[in-house]
Amino acid sequence: MNEREPAAEVVGQQPTTTTEDAAEAEATGGGHRPYRPEGIDDAFVGHDDDTPAGGDATRDAGGPTGAGGAATPAMPKLGWKGSLRWTWRQITSMRVALMLLMLLAVAAVPGSILPQQSIDPSGVQQYLQDNPTAGKILDRLGFFDVFSSVWFSAIYILLFVSLVGCIVPRALAHTKNLRARPPRTPRRFDRFPAKAHATTDAQPDVVVAAAVHHLRGRVRWLPTFRVETGTDTQGRRTVAAERGYLRESGNILFHLCLLGLLVAVGTGQVLHYRAQVIVTEGHGFANSVVDYDTFESGALWRASSLDPFSMTLDKFTSEFTNTATAEPRNFTAFVSVRQPGAPEQAEKIRVNHPLDVGGAKVYLQGNGYAPNITVKDSQGQVAYAGPVVFIPQDTKYTSQGVVKVPDVSAGLDQIGLVGFLLPTAASDDPTQASIYPQPLNPMLVLNVWHGNLGLDDGTPQNVYRLDTSDMTESTKDGKPVTLTIQPGKTVKLPDGLGTVTFDSLPRYVALDLRYDPALTWILVFALGALLGLALSLFTPRRRVWLRVWTEDVTDDESGETRPRTVIDAAGLARGDDSGLQREVDAVVASASTPTSAGPSTATTSSLPRKAPR
Amino acid sequence: MSYAELSTHLVWAALTVLTVSMIAFLVDLTRLGESRSDLASVARLGTRRKELVGVGAAGEDVTTSLAEAPSGIDGRDGAAEAPRPVNRKAAGIGMSTAALGWLLLLSAIVTRGIAAGRTPWANMYEFTLVGAFVALTVFLVVSRFRDVRFLGAFVTLLAVLFLALAQEVFFVQADGVQPALQSYWLVIHVGVAITAAGILSVAFVTSVLQLLRDSRDNGSAVLNHRAFRWLDSLPTPGQLETLSFRLNAVGFVLWTFTLIAGSIWAEHAWGRYWGWDPKEVWTFIVWVVYAGYLHARTTRGWSGRRAAYFVIVGYACVLFNFTGVNLIFDGKHSYSGLTS
Repeated sequence: MNEREPAAEVVGQQPTTTTEDAAEAEATGGGHRPYRPEGIDDAFVGHDDDTPAGGDATRDAGGPTGAGGAATPAMPKLGWKGSLRWTWRQITSMRVALMLLMLLAVAAVPGSILPQQSIDPSGVQQYLQDNPTAGKILDRLGFFDVFSSVWFSAIYILLFVSLVGCIVPRALAHTKNLRARPPRTPRRFDRFPAKAHATTDAQPDVVVAAAVHHLRGRVRWLPTFRVETGTDTQGRRTVAAERGYLRESGNILFHLCLLGLLVAVGTGQVLHYRAQVIVTEGHGFANSVVDYDTFESGALWRASSLDPFSMTLDKFTSEFTNTATAEPRNFTAFVSVRQPGAPEQAEKIRVNHPLDVGGAKVYLQGNGYAPNITVKDSQGQVAYAGPVVFIPQDTKYTSQGVVKVPDVSAGLDQIGLVGFLLPTAASDDPTQASIYPQPLNPMLVLNVWHGNLGLDDGTPQNVYRLDTSDMTESTKDGKPVTLTIQPGKTVKLPDGLGTVTFDSLPRYVALDLRYDPALTWILVFALGALLGLALSLFTPRRRVWLRVWTEDVTDDESGETRPRTVIDAAGLARGDDSGLQREVDAVVASASTPTSAGPSTATTSSLPRKAPR
Repeated sequence: MSYAELSTHLVWAALTVLTVSMIAFLVDLTRLGESRSDLASVARLGTRRKELVGVGAAGEDVTTSLAEAPSGIDGRDGAAEAPRPVNRKAAGIGMSTAALGWLLLLSAIVTRGIAAGRTPWANMYEFTLVGAFVALTVFLVVSRFRDVRFLGAFVTLLAVLFLALAQEVFFVQADGVQPALQSYWLVIHVGVAITAAGILSVAFVTSVLQLLRDSRDNGSAVLNHRAFRWLDSLPTPGQLETLSFRLNAVGFVLWTFTLIAGSIWAEHAWGRYWGWDPKEVWTFIVWVVYAGYLHARTTRGWSGRRAAYFVIVGYACVLFNFTGVNLIFDGKHSYSGLTS
């Protein structure tokens, strides 16, 4: 949206005689309008203002009512049609776009300060507990889900509406402009920001040919300048040239790509799916919704589109530094993938190296220990046997977990075991945390509960939390009983509940599966936007004019007067352009012979270049 | 001495040399200010300059350069505002020491990389070193083409502050990185991000000078104090604006690339290209603020001073993104390496 062209119908038009007259009048001190050199009198140098981008606006304003004041917000006179138009203009104006951009930046800030539902749901819960009053208000206003809140969406949707209203008329104007010829050579060169002057002995035709050759550049099929030659009323040869159409093309490309990005992201949202699964070594899962621990998908995603495959975790390895902080250095999951009609394949999944399978990507997102535990009840029946996922609580993998043992033999209490797994216990003291993440001296530290687990009524439960409302903790001498178990060992449960065995210590991995068909498009649009941005910021947009004629010139050295060819040049750029003077000098230099007087220089708005050393 | 120790020593050396450079540049600015204040009468200048500068080579230097009547930076000889010849020896010392500091910092970063056995920009300490290095590089590179010695004092000041902060607060031992950072995207994404930040730093300095000079020109009471005479020797606010814009344009394109590269990496490492992690939020905010700056420059009534305010706000966001987000918020980008 930067550098918006004012009213589109002016764009691409040649300067008319009216503007020329105005310039003349100004030059003689007659006019009231600020002087603008010829060749400027279109969108070329004009700064953007709040003129509407829609080309039809001004035409309509001069319609039947003759109310030329469409730009003034005289709402009552305009009627509902006019009001709509006025609103549209406001929305698509640069000023409003600027305000929306600022708003967008400010609106994003709370999303980083407050915990967000989508990233840190437990953080949100904590915040609501700590600040009940403020939390409730903030929650209602969507501050815990900023980026999908009504107000945040409103800002960016308005911004994109503004963008469309701005970029579409501009793109249309630009397509017309792309076929335009360079503007006619202005009558006067005096007030242009860049000027050059030279005399030469070469014939005007030769000079013009050399200038045109220079301006077009070396690549014939992609000329640097679009060049037009001619002859003015006094028979002087003229060269008019313009370059930098890519600047506006890039600008439009950038903004259209932003639109494309929005559409692609939205498409991905409705077609994607994401699944999470925890797999213990030796176990696996199949690619179906029921096999996943969590599964979410877009509105238009169909379960039938899941590719049938299954995966088994064969082994998981990890590496840590041998320092006290035990920094992680490598995590690798070795898996076997089975797809219908294909042999089983051994694959690796590492952080930063997801596995492509069945159109989805599988990411290694977490890992930990899932000790194999066997619990026998007081009658010797196996009440529970299998791996139990313990969630790491710190960088040394001190992990927390719950074993829920339902009643197998009738009439017995259900058992809940709560506690920690220490991969490397420092001593026999069960209250200490693990000191190293690798299983050098594993130990299970468990407290024992018995009663009713609350499983039987069918309500879903958090598997990592024990609901102790209907249970009693086993105590001895008024203190909770703490069992410490080493691998391969069996320990008796208190109160004659039975025994618990710590069979082995396999590891588990947390895998994320993700499928998003829009990824390629998102990348394409993002790179398109980057390209457009670079083009629009770094392509110089310049106009250069030359006037060449023959004149009797007094030679500086000999003092004699003889006919010579005079070259006069002027340049104009859109926006800041430090290279304009150099460009004009270069044209004049290559048009004239080296023996001629060097081109003069004029001031530019940028810092002077250093003289060549 | 191990490479890690050598690196730390080199940073201290660079810091010392850059401090010298900063002082030299400040002396230069003071001299420029003094000479500017005498400009009112060109006729008196010859004699007064001699008295001011004192005896010996320096005085001679001034008179000879006066006699040469330089053709002026803008090429218009004898124009009323043609710059006065001033003894810029201090600026010369500033430039050469800045170059030496740059070289020392480069060696420090290289040895740090050797010591850690990886790209030397993976934690806050290293971000800060490389950021200061890039700012210096931008200054020295621009100096090749334009006379921007007036920026020297401020760029070196920024570099000295960054290095001191790095050494005193952010320092961590050179070491390997965690699995999430083991990717060639570390080189690309983080490298470009720091480069962008370094360029935006120099642009920020330029915009601040633009605002100061503009305020002085418009009769600000504070800035018209004697202490700010050196502002008169700076380029015009318009020229500073242009320089700032050019740097910001490059910085913005690189920042856009940082966003895209970061998204690609996030897609590889975390399974989503965008997740509103605090770092992502602030990178987005920085992007939007600088986008606002680019739009402001082309909006009537918003160019000039107001656009410069965008640069200040934008750079504040960049700094916060590099420090506050790493230290305050708990996100996936918490790679400061500091244990709090």
